[in-house]
Amino acid sequence: MSVDAATVRRIARLSRIELPEQDVPVMQDEINAILGFVEQLGEVNVEGVEPMTSVTPMALKMRDDVVTDGEKAGKVTANAPQSEDHYFLVPKVVE
Amino acid sequence: MTDLTQLTLTEARKGLAGKQFTAVELAEAHLAAIEAARALNAYVLETPEQALAMAKAADARLQRGEAGRLEGIPIGVKDLFATEGVRTTASSRILGNFVPTYESTVTSQLWRDGAVMLGKLNNDEFAMGSSNETSAFGPVVNPILPANWSAEKARAALSGDKKGLLVPGGSSGGSSAAVAAHLCLGATATDTGGSIRQPAAFTGTVGIKPTYGRCSRWGIVAFASSLDQAGPIARTVRDCAALMTSMAGHDPKDSTSVDLPVPDFEAAVGQSVAGKTIGIPKEYRVEGMPAEIEALWKKGADMLRAAGARIVDVSLPHTKYALPAYYIVAPAEASSNLARYDGVRYGLRVPGKDITDLYEQTRAQGFGREVKRRIMIGTYVLSAGYYDAYYLRAQKIRTLIKKDFEDVYASGVDAILTPATPSAAFGIAEMADADPVQMYLNDIFTVTVNMAGLPGLALPGGTDAAGLPLGLQLIGRPFDEETLFSLGAVIEEQAGRVTAARWW
Repeated sequence: MSVDAATVRRIARLSRIELPEQDVPVMQDEINAILGFVEQLGEVNVEGVEPMTSVTPMALKMRDDVVTDGEKAGKVTANAPQSEDHYFLVPKVVE
Repeated sequence: MTDLTQLTLTEARKGLAGKQFTAVELAEAHLAAIEAARALNAYVLETPEQALAMAKAADARLQRGEAGRLEGIPIGVKDLFATEGVRTTASSRILGNFVPTYESTVTSQLWRDGAVMLGKLNNDEFAMGSSNETSAFGPVVNPILPANWSAEKARAALSGDKKGLLVPGGSSGGSSAAVAAHLCLGATATDTGGSIRQPAAFTGTVGIKPTYGRCSRWGIVAFASSLDQAGPIARTVRDCAALMTSMAGHDPKDSTSVDLPVPDFEAAVGQSVAGKTIGIPKEYRVEGMPAEIEALWKKGADMLRAAGARIVDVSLPHTKYALPAYYIVAPAEASSNLARYDGVRYGLRVPGKDITDLYEQTRAQGFGREVKRRIMIGTYVLSAGYYDAYYLRAQKIRTLIKKDFEDVYASGVDAILTPATPSAAFGIAEMADADPVQMYLNDIFTVTVNMAGLPGLALPGGTDAAGLPLGLQLIGRPFDEETLFSLGAVIEEQAGRVTAARWW
């Protein structure tokens, strides 16, 4: 399987990465090199094989459903590029 | 006084305990060495004030007889570990000036035991790379001299474009270079597909990727969460074991961390390996493998046999599919993990005409090429219509890879011996025009271990024809790192250690 230029543009969009038009062909080549490399996985008979969900045989631990952390809005927003009164600021989203 | 940076971690600990020098003197010696080695670019941030304050506190505890197991030992921290109040970037522009308000569990355990932080170490951006060349801070130089290079020639290259000097491997290239150049006594590192073991092999150092779940991932910048695992790089097997004893342990904040007691891994160093069964997997004899790698591998088996181990041939039939499956699973998880870098909550923000434009511009400028490509591959293999063909199939193949190992261990094999890498270190910029798959092939022997969640130890086994270090890898049963340390010590004793002469 290989991807065309339109698919590369669509993936960039889905990835929320702006991809200048002049970079599309190089990215397309590189992605196709990787897709070509992984194609050999098609040879493997995976019938009846369970997909791996956990590499160590352990049950996911549940903890009590209680608040264990919080009241640190100042720390949460400390690294924000733009914030005000412990809110993250973004360009206007709703008109 | 002798140069304190020439000591091993174990020797330094003994010297501190015997009051031959202080933790402050030990830290100062390393800070001076770091300053003199800035051109190697191993550290992306030096923290001398913190180091001296921590060393002073360590001296006080040593004085009071309250020393922890790593009291006063100066170490470097890969810039993937969140360090409270100290800039943490994953060597990416997108994290910019991120200063964590919390400490990773692994580093907090090292500080708990008395270790001293010298600074933050360079790495491939978001740990994606095998040569440390994808770092936003630029490449790291391997302190091992290229074959037949004089110190003068290397110094000239170091002040120029660095071409021809060797890469230290990746992604933990700052960690491996700093350890090899004696810029710390040990370093933290992380390994998703080989990022501890391949740099260790390229620099003649010792590194272990513990069993998945052994070390908490909390506070470590995530790349591929089902594969990522923290571990140490150091100059000897024993030093590595000492660091790992502090780094490992259950953490309620990481639901995948395993609630098992942490042994004193150092106690395994020096244990007899007589009667152990070591598997040699025939599938690792890959096409076009250099004769010197083959010879190294045989030599490693001979060393273990000489110590009383039994060497048997084993088969891991799905080996060749590990790397392609990895290049589906790892980018898929990365595309999800790296969605958090949106220019809103932390790090770089590039203004846009609306919120989507802000995301797209920020991510376009903040991520480097390799990272962008992996996010896009991951997005593609997870997208509607392709999920079953790529991601689901890769996860099924992962089950088969793990089963291969389980079958071998069930047959009575205690550990598996392989080469760590298909070649010695290559030159900076040498792979610039190669397609990405060529670079990925560096991890061909290490990636299987991550896919199966097993522990893997890399250590020097010998040199290639040109005299560059080559690494061997020991793969263990789940949570049996101790056997790897015992076997590693046996190889170390016979193969010797690698020392980089100070030419920079």
